[in-house]
Amino acid sequence: MQIDQKEIAAYAQYKSEVKNLSFHYGAFNALKNIDMVLHDKKITALIGPSGCGKSTFLRCFNRMHDLYPGNRYDGEIILHPDDVNILASNVDPIEVRMRISMVFQKPNPFPKSIYENVAYGLRVRGIKQRAILDEKVEIALRNSALWDEVKDRLHELAFNLSGGQQQRLCIARALATDPEILLFDEPTSALDPIATASIEELITDLKAKVTILIVTHNMQQAARVSDYTAYMYLGELIEFNVTDTIFIKPKNKQTEDYITGRFG
Amino acid sequence: MRSVKSLKEIRRIIILHKRWDLIFMITGIVALMIAIMTFMALFAHMLIDGLPRLSWAFFTSFPSRHPESAGILSAWVGTTLVMLVTAVAAVPLGIGSGIYLEEYAPRNFLTEIIEINVTNLAGVPSIIYGLLALGLFVYQLGFGQSVLAAGLALALLILPVVIVATREAIRSIPVTIREAAYALGATKWQTVSDHLLPYSSAGILTGIIIGLARAIGETAPIITIGALTFIAFLPPSPVKDEFPFMSFEWLTAPFTVMPIQMFNWVSRPEEAFQLNAAAAGLVLVVMTLAMNGLAIYLRYRMRKNIKW
Repeated sequence: MQIDQKEIAAYAQYKSEVKNLSFHYGAFNALKNIDMVLHDKKITALIGPSGCGKSTFLRCFNRMHDLYPGNRYDGEIILHPDDVNILASNVDPIEVRMRISMVFQKPNPFPKSIYENVAYGLRVRGIKQRAILDEKVEIALRNSALWDEVKDRLHELAFNLSGGQQQRLCIARALATDPEILLFDEPTSALDPIATASIEELITDLKAKVTILIVTHNMQQAARVSDYTAYMYLGELIEFNVTDTIFIKPKNKQTEDYITGRFG
Repeated sequence: MRSVKSLKEIRRIIILHKRWDLIFMITGIVALMIAIMTFMALFAHMLIDGLPRLSWAFFTSFPSRHPESAGILSAWVGTTLVMLVTAVAAVPLGIGSGIYLEEYAPRNFLTEIIEINVTNLAGVPSIIYGLLALGLFVYQLGFGQSVLAAGLALALLILPVVIVATREAIRSIPVTIREAAYALGATKWQTVSDHLLPYSSAGILTGIIIGLARAIGETAPIITIGALTFIAFLPPSPVKDEFPFMSFEWLTAPFTVMPIQMFNWVSRPEEAFQLNAAAAGLVLVVMTLAMNGLAIYLRYRMRKNIKW
């Protein structure tokens, strides 16, 4: 697959480069020789029919697959600016997860207070001083547009929030630790249209602060929020380009068929 | 094409099928009633026989040759101390094993064998545990026929219950919660201690109490290791009035427990001792029911804040 150098050169440098990435669940080859880049402080969307490997690809970025036995990575994901290959066996997956945060498909707050949910990532990093925690929690909640709704009930259970609020809480939890990349795995698939709109708005605002990679099953969502889009099919990256190009004049026939709804 | 069967035919079939619903419901109620009524009848019988014997003096008197002055002091104190040892031994071992098997153990053949065996251990007859304890704790380790040996024997007995309860409780936590913790950079131990243990504590606690409720009524292993059937003194007090204010002498003291006291009285020919046995049985059943009630209450209380 050829990356269009001319269009890409118009943008800032890369945050991450994926080089010849393959992934196996046991004997099943889920990702095949993927080459791609993540542009710094931009939103990159992964689209494709279910089972195409987009979530598998996303979960390579925080080494989530290391939690389960029998998985194997080949190839590299280089994280800039220090050029470390985060898939290397001598890189601790915990170190990777401390640099790259993730927001899951269904809101998954801990059965703790709103405050403790946001503070947990900081506590894992050994921060104990109340003043620092208070400040970081407030900033994260403000950045996830939740502060005004919860500032008077920080010590109430997170389960008492609505689904959309819970997902914004999960975004705050992921943001509190100042990640370099924020991963979203279909973050609105369990939400109603109004909550979806507010999450999309939030994601668009967040790109000023952090590089974002988002998996979505919803093509309109990719078109609305992302700067770059990658179309995947059966574990392969079929086409990767600036979002407008992918949606207006895709170069690949397969991509065009998917975008225009001829299959999916 | 017309439907295969006429509407009349369909209605007839539905009535026919619903008859089986009714038949099963009645069978179910009968089966349930047999179990409940049997227990109620036994309990009522014990209540009628034993209730008149229950008094303050019954709890504060040692056993005696005279049925009317005999009491269960040494028995309930013995049961309490033995249960204490059982809980202290079984809880950390059981929770630790459960966590290890669920979170840390590699998925391989050996783990599988261990898992199957743990489950099977719950079905081993309790007298076998008594024999094991007699050989290991009483003789090999030299604990003697003591509170310590009895408590450890019962701890072995309920260990599988605690392990299985711990595993079930941890397994019921959704994988998304686990992944949320790992995704924030938590280590395995941080995930266990900050999330999995707190969220599964209701289930684990229920398992512990159910286990202890089973242990409290066990007679066979306690007889095997040689509990006394007649004992007119208490183990040394664990609290002392001089430094260091604590004593563990009671661990090595001879003892008796509630079911053995009951067994002793039941085997007497005099009618009056039978009444004592009924009264002691009543106390034992109430203790067990109270523990089960506590387990239900705790589960309700602790699960209130957790929805998944």
